Amino acid sequence: MPNDSVFRRLSDPPDGEVTIRFDGQPVAAREGDSVAAALLAAGFAALRTTPAGGNPRGPWCMMGVCFDCLVEIDGVPNMQACMTPVREGMEIRPMSGARSLGGGDG
Amino acid sequence: MHRTEFAIIGGGLVGMATAWGLVRQGRRVTVFDEGDIAFRAARGNFGLVWVQGKGVRLPDYARWTRLSASLWPGFARELEEETGVSLQLSKPGGLELFLDEGELDTHAADLKGLRDALGGDYPFERLDGTALRKLVPSAGPDVVGAIFGPEDLNCNPLYLLRALAQAVVGRGGRIVNGAAVRGIKPDSGGFILDNGGQWAAERVVLCAGLGNTTLAPMVGLEAPSWPDRGHLLITERLRPFLDHPTAHVRQTGDGTVQIGASHEDAGFDDATSAQVIGRIARQAARLFPVLENVRVVRSWAALRVMSPDGHPIYDESDIHPGAFVATCHSGVTLAAVHAMLLARLVAGDDPGIPYLESFSAERFRVPQAV
Amino acid sequence: MADHVPLIVIGAGPAGLAAADTALAHGLEVMLLDEQPGPGGQIYRNIGNGDDERRAVLGADYAQGETLLPVMERPGLDYRRGATVWEVTPDRQVFFTEQGKARAVSADKLILATGAMERPMPFPGWTLPGVMSCGAAQIMLKSSGLFPAEGAILAGSGPLLLLLATQMLAAGARIGAIVETTPARNFLAAAQRLPRALLAREYLRKGMGMMAALRRSGVPWYKDAGGLQALGTNRVEALRFKDGAKTRELPCGLLLLHQGVVPNAQIARSLRLDHDWDDMQRAWRPRADSWGETALPGIFVAGDGAGIVGAKASAIQGRLAALRAADAQPGEAAPLRRALARELAIRPFLDRLYRPADEFLQPADDTLVCRCEEVTAGEIRAAVRNGSLGPNQAKAFSRAGMGPCQGRLCGLTVSEVIAQARGVSPAQAGYYRIRPPIKPVTLGEMAALADESDEN
Repeated sequence: MPNDSVFRRLSDPPDGEVTIRFDGQPVAAREGDSVAAALLAAGFAALRTTPAGGNPRGPWCMMGVCFDCLVEIDGVPNMQACMTPVREGMEIRPMSGARSLGGGDG
Repeated sequence: MHRTEFAIIGGGLVGMATAWGLVRQGRRVTVFDEGDIAFRAARGNFGLVWVQGKGVRLPDYARWTRLSASLWPGFARELEEETGVSLQLSKPGGLELFLDEGELDTHAADLKGLRDALGGDYPFERLDGTALRKLVPSAGPDVVGAIFGPEDLNCNPLYLLRALAQAVVGRGGRIVNGAAVRGIKPDSGGFILDNGGQWAAERVVLCAGLGNTTLAPMVGLEAPSWPDRGHLLITERLRPFLDHPTAHVRQTGDGTVQIGASHEDAGFDDATSAQVIGRIARQAARLFPVLENVRVVRSWAALRVMSPDGHPIYDESDIHPGAFVATCHSGVTLAAVHAMLLARLVAGDDPGIPYLESFSAERFRVPQAV
Repeated sequence: MADHVPLIVIGAGPAGLAAADTALAHGLEVMLLDEQPGPGGQIYRNIGNGDDERRAVLGADYAQGETLLPVMERPGLDYRRGATVWEVTPDRQVFFTEQGKARAVSADKLILATGAMERPMPFPGWTLPGVMSCGAAQIMLKSSGLFPAEGAILAGSGPLLLLLATQMLAAGARIGAIVETTPARNFLAAAQRLPRALLAREYLRKGMGMMAALRRSGVPWYKDAGGLQALGTNRVEALRFKDGAKTRELPCGLLLLHQGVVPNAQIARSLRLDHDWDDMQRAWRPRADSWGETALPGIFVAGDGAGIVGAKASAIQGRLAALRAADAQPGEAAPLRRALARELAIRPFLDRLYRPADEFLQPADDTLVCRCEEVTAGEIRAAVRNGSLGPNQAKAFSRAGMGPCQGRLCGLTVSEVIAQARGVSPAQAGYYRIRPPIKPVTLGEMAALADESDEN
């Protein structure tokens, strides 16, 4: 569950609104946001739990180096949220431990 | 001058298993190991305790391997209890998958021949595509069949090495590392080792893998070997989907999938080759198409310690009794017999294995009948 | 089908952009590969796209990055955005993936301009959600105009910490606190390097101006802080630290950390290039000559990926490498070398001032050092006790470095911990052996390239 977001945007351009979904909930984002930035801005902190210990993690580096922001995007597991730009209608799910073989997480 | 009772040259799987076998007998042991970036076949290991296919050309090797596999669960239990390190041992039996009917036929014929040579005592089963896919639903459509080996096991080879090292140290064994042993001199019934310092040992066991080839002649032995480069790919962690280890693809206890089993003579070069990796990937994708969109996170190349015929070399020096050599490329599979039987031989006891002589390097001096 | 180009530049930050520019000016066609969605690297991230308000908030140094952009329009530049390089061979074959498709291209010359990443800052709780690097917050600001408006705490040491604070204030943020961990004794030690740093007095002036503005802002600013702990159950809720004799606990919903930047040298490592330990920067740098050429002919390193030098110096190094790659007249290099010397003058002072505090180089036993596989510093020390001489043995025993980040976040810490446990320098302890794939790549992508190369 997100807390009230600590993030604010400098200014909202007139267009470029994008709606994505995280764990079934709609999230308002902007064109050009990475998935990670959009989710952080919406107040989410944890995006997954770790395979090794089941511990909650969120983005650390935002530049593709740490691999802590892994989420399932449109059915593809272990995608780096910080390296994926948002797209209208994108379905994002948190990674719960190790991925499964196919698309989804179960 | 430092002193020790048993000097084990090489801290890989052969050395550490033998060292543990000795400290369990209350012996004083020092293991000599190199630096952090050494060839270390032990780190390139697939983790299979593999029986099937071993010894087709030397039935005694099949006997030795089966003996080790049968001792493995007890060996693992003892090691786990002593160290608290889980070896992730599983015993579902192993599979070698085939993409070519002809190769499957040849392999099955080889195993039938081995079974005959062993008087009928050699369990294996040929599975056609349908039977295989019942066991392994994720096997790809190109897989024509498999050989099932009920005695094949698998484990985590890195945790095995770690547990052995911990157990050796825990029982008062010493590990001296950072410098290779450059010279061994027989001296008044014992041996003087030079690793930059000087060590006197009553008995010495060469477990230095490829390094044995240079060290062996110093104590009147020979241990010919060549580096057989194998590549490994390791994937991201997956939820369990493959219970049975296969010869080329297996899922580890951590959920990662290990993919490998290439062979090349690339000299003493353990760098990875892009072409080889690509071919391994392609074969793996044919064997298990479900792995196509799974990510490879790491790759490895390591140099197997390959004797001229691929079978182990065990010898005690005639000229310098108390010097032993142990060379093999199956340090995981044979870890149990190394710890429990070879260690006794080295300590001067009779482990009761009459066919151990088959593994003497003498065999390389006898011209082979064609 | 494998392609061949005269020059491949990996990384479109200041070093890569400048290298491409100089190479093109000397008639060399360039393929420029970068994994981000646009040029600029991290320091000039999203340059050219922001509006006036964003540029004003980010400051003049950031805006200056625009002077590197004209290269994007030059004919002869083949720029691939979103291209993730996963293997580079010593004979200059580059394997990368773009839009899910793997490609192989070879080149006569190769410039690695892979830039920097933030040094890990391990301490209890650093892996909690809501704890990020200061660079991460800057990326959000540069790419999306997002800033932490309410009560974030900035903790650590280094110019980027203060720069981010300045930028956040310019945006209108209320900063919870700055908890600076720069050890007090660093100031005295750094002062000895001040005379040399005066050659870069403009830089010093800017820094002091920034600090003065921060002091005026009234943001609580704790100095020489230690004993950091991030507290919280499922996300960070507070930062506890020692402030002199007092222990403080400040609530926060976002904790931004910084402990300097270090070279992102995975590709150079995977090529088995020699790396030298820089004890001042507390990191390794790939060995190269004064043009940036490594022991592998035709392979160059330039910019922060070859040792932290900053954006301006990175650009100059990129140009020097490109001159050499283009076999240009050596005389052209002279003005560049003079400019480079001026830019490097500040470094000894900065490196000494912002040398990480011991607690982050030698975390406590129960602190995670490998985030991916959740391995603690204590487990690394145990590996040393059981015979591990270096990170590769420790990796085999503990799984540290085996996760998807491939040792990027744990490598330096593991080397430091092993070094101290053995009583040797990190140079003697060594670093992970890095092998391809440099970034995770699917089995299918690898297999597809095998099919192609076997056809050829």
